[in-house]
Amino acid sequence: MRLSKQIGTIGLVFFLGLAASNVAAQVPYERILNSQDEPENWLTYNGGYKSQRYSQLDQITPENVTDLKLQWTLQNQVFGAWQSNPIVVDGIMYITERPNTVMAVDAITGRFFWKYRHIPAENALICCGANNRGVAVLDDKVFMGTLDARLIALDRITGSALWDVEVGDVDLAYSVTMAPLVVKDQVIVGVGGGEFGIRGYVAAYDAETGEEAWKTYTIPGPGEPNHDSWEGDDWEHGGAPVWITGSFDPELNLTYWGVGNPGPDWNAGQRPGDNLYSDSVIALDADTGELKWYFQFTPNDAYDYDSVQVPVLADIVWRGTPRKIMMWANRNGYFYVIDRVTGEFLEGKPYVKVNWSSGLDENGRPIPTPQPEGMPTYPGNQGGTNWYPPSFSPRTGLFYFSAWQDYATIYRAEESDYEPGRAFLGGGFSVLAPAPGAPTIGIGRTNPINNWTNEVGFASLKAMDPQTGEEVWSYDQFDVSDSGMLTTASDLLFTGGREGYFHAIDARNGDLLWNVNLGGQIVMAPVTFSVGGVQYVSVISGHALSTFALPH
Amino acid sequence: MKTQISRTARLSILPALAFSGLLAVSAQQALAQEVGDHQYTSEAVETGSQVYTQQCALCHGPQGALVDGINLSIGQFRTVQSDADLRQVISEGAGQGRMPAFSLRAEELRGVIAFIRAGFDPEGVAVIIGDPVRGKELFEGEGQCADCHRVRGVGPRTAPDLSNIGAIRTPASLQRNITDPATALLPINRPVRLVTRFEETIVGRRLNEDTYTVQLIDSTERLRSLKKVDLISYEISDEPSKQPTTMSSDEVADVIGYLLTLRGLE
Repeated sequence: MRLSKQIGTIGLVFFLGLAASNVAAQVPYERILNSQDEPENWLTYNGGYKSQRYSQLDQITPENVTDLKLQWTLQNQVFGAWQSNPIVVDGIMYITERPNTVMAVDAITGRFFWKYRHIPAENALICCGANNRGVAVLDDKVFMGTLDARLIALDRITGSALWDVEVGDVDLAYSVTMAPLVVKDQVIVGVGGGEFGIRGYVAAYDAETGEEAWKTYTIPGPGEPNHDSWEGDDWEHGGAPVWITGSFDPELNLTYWGVGNPGPDWNAGQRPGDNLYSDSVIALDADTGELKWYFQFTPNDAYDYDSVQVPVLADIVWRGTPRKIMMWANRNGYFYVIDRVTGEFLEGKPYVKVNWSSGLDENGRPIPTPQPEGMPTYPGNQGGTNWYPPSFSPRTGLFYFSAWQDYATIYRAEESDYEPGRAFLGGGFSVLAPAPGAPTIGIGRTNPINNWTNEVGFASLKAMDPQTGEEVWSYDQFDVSDSGMLTTASDLLFTGGREGYFHAIDARNGDLLWNVNLGGQIVMAPVTFSVGGVQYVSVISGHALSTFALPH
Repeated sequence: MKTQISRTARLSILPALAFSGLLAVSAQQALAQEVGDHQYTSEAVETGSQVYTQQCALCHGPQGALVDGINLSIGQFRTVQSDADLRQVISEGAGQGRMPAFSLRAEELRGVIAFIRAGFDPEGVAVIIGDPVRGKELFEGEGQCADCHRVRGVGPRTAPDLSNIGAIRTPASLQRNITDPATALLPINRPVRLVTRFEETIVGRRLNEDTYTVQLIDSTERLRSLKKVDLISYEISDEPSKQPTTMSSDEVADVIGYLLTLRGLE
């Protein structure tokens, strides 16, 4: 009698303890705001609102990185490039797989807690792969955008759907592939569809209810400033999608978003004008979505130079003056430093061969030098870089990203008519090849044998100094790379490439410290986190997510 | 990576070579006949070319070979055999969503299939295709092809095995390779010469390469995989190991005729 009563008491205490730990596992806005103070977690797509993908963790060092051991592997159950970014909260990893499945797994063992599957509408149209790049978290919820342009909130503990709202019209080829950005009590996403003649926008939703809070078009309508950068009704289907997660400066209360290409992609003559705010960075008020400033990288773009790169923010002494800057290696081949308070252009220099423009004027506007028909344009259609996330290390003061070197395409412009829900491209392109009909490179790698060789382009990991706008060192790979970057407080740089090697590089000088062949293309950035005092690094290669740690 | 590798890029767009002769068959017709289906009009091929550029090229690539296991221009597919199969895959999608469904109009669908069946050649470059029997004799005899190339288990392995070359190259590409090998040679096939830190000199042809390693077949027909850190020098020749042919244009046509019969195991 006495014994059973004791057991009952212990059981009750145990249960209360469990409930308490669940409450503690909430992720209020304040935790995300101060995510740099808890490097054991990876709370947002870009590892914090500044999007530096820099971690304070330093257990893994240049000296011991060669001791890294595989801890677990998660096998993706569907085919296709796996571009998802894991979120890690208190030992639980949230990761998506194609087309729109969210998985919650134990970050130490890779074993599943739950799996939620959304099946997108059959008519969802995605130009370049049925990608989903991950979730966002806030409080007890997980948020995912979908290929059929919906935003879904899930219970973070049970994985069941709480609300599911329309972000865009799937019949008009709107889609969401990015991981959402949570700011305060809102979930913010942009829309894809730049190859289908959409009119792009960024929209915010109440995290509790899914109700739309604001929506800001990336192409100004009649009566709005800069509407005259379009002629006739071109603005109605001028593209300018937003398909990569933005950044946030809480002091300025501004969110920053990279805007994609104007449509039709390759026939700039069909849409005269600067085509604002295509190929721009836009600064939007975090509460209202009001446009505060913009900077356009590529006016009247004829080359598909989406500016969907991650806006990387830093507060540094820039050329003697403390400044709030933004660093940007653009798809158009130039590296930029921008004042993020005002949008003022500070510096811009080419980081790869550029021949569509002969340079930038004092305001950062490119001087166009279009190539004759049939001649190669550098950089080519996939750009000098693209959507894959860079990193900035406050310790080295360097900005790291994947560039495509010596890659060019030959463009062909054609008149094309807009038809709802159909491709709106305005021509085509071919990749400059060393021999007629030779194999070339495109979106993603699907062949284990590299028969195209580095003669059609190769990867160059570049470390840029924002003080000068110039490269400090580079690390080349034979194939091109779509890998993002991760830096740590121990001056390690983790990255990958299409060849499937997972690299640890010395962030100070570019020396290779360790690598392992994981066998499948790495098309996202690694992330790091710690559980129980052990630092882990996770990276997706091919259809497997692998997690490494030192022996413990 | 400190390896010095020459990067002589040449434009891939060359003027189409036109030959005159007794038996001129366009590549388009040859492929259409090969398929044994039916002939498409040049208007359909033209329409298909435009549809392909707008709807398909982004993923499949301008030459139709960017998706692994699929090479549209030479009719290499994963599951598709008939035109009806093609229609189904385009209209309904395939591969767990990797190939999305496209809602094309009937003439567009017909056009894009015509374009694929025409070997991506809206112009229908006329290449003479001669007598395969004479071509085989030339290939093995005075043409000196068999001195380096292997076919169906016979011959050396140092140059690429040609057992299925008729299935993976267009007649125009074969012709260019014979008459102007320097402009037709794929970079991966350029002759290489390596010296290892163990003082071994290896001459051969690359099969694959990445940042840290290279895989090749050497002059003794051994498969070798080398780490670049073990190499003292690594040279890739810009020149092919063969000269432009001295055969007459009729003889070249015969050799092309023979090569087109080489389509792997039936």
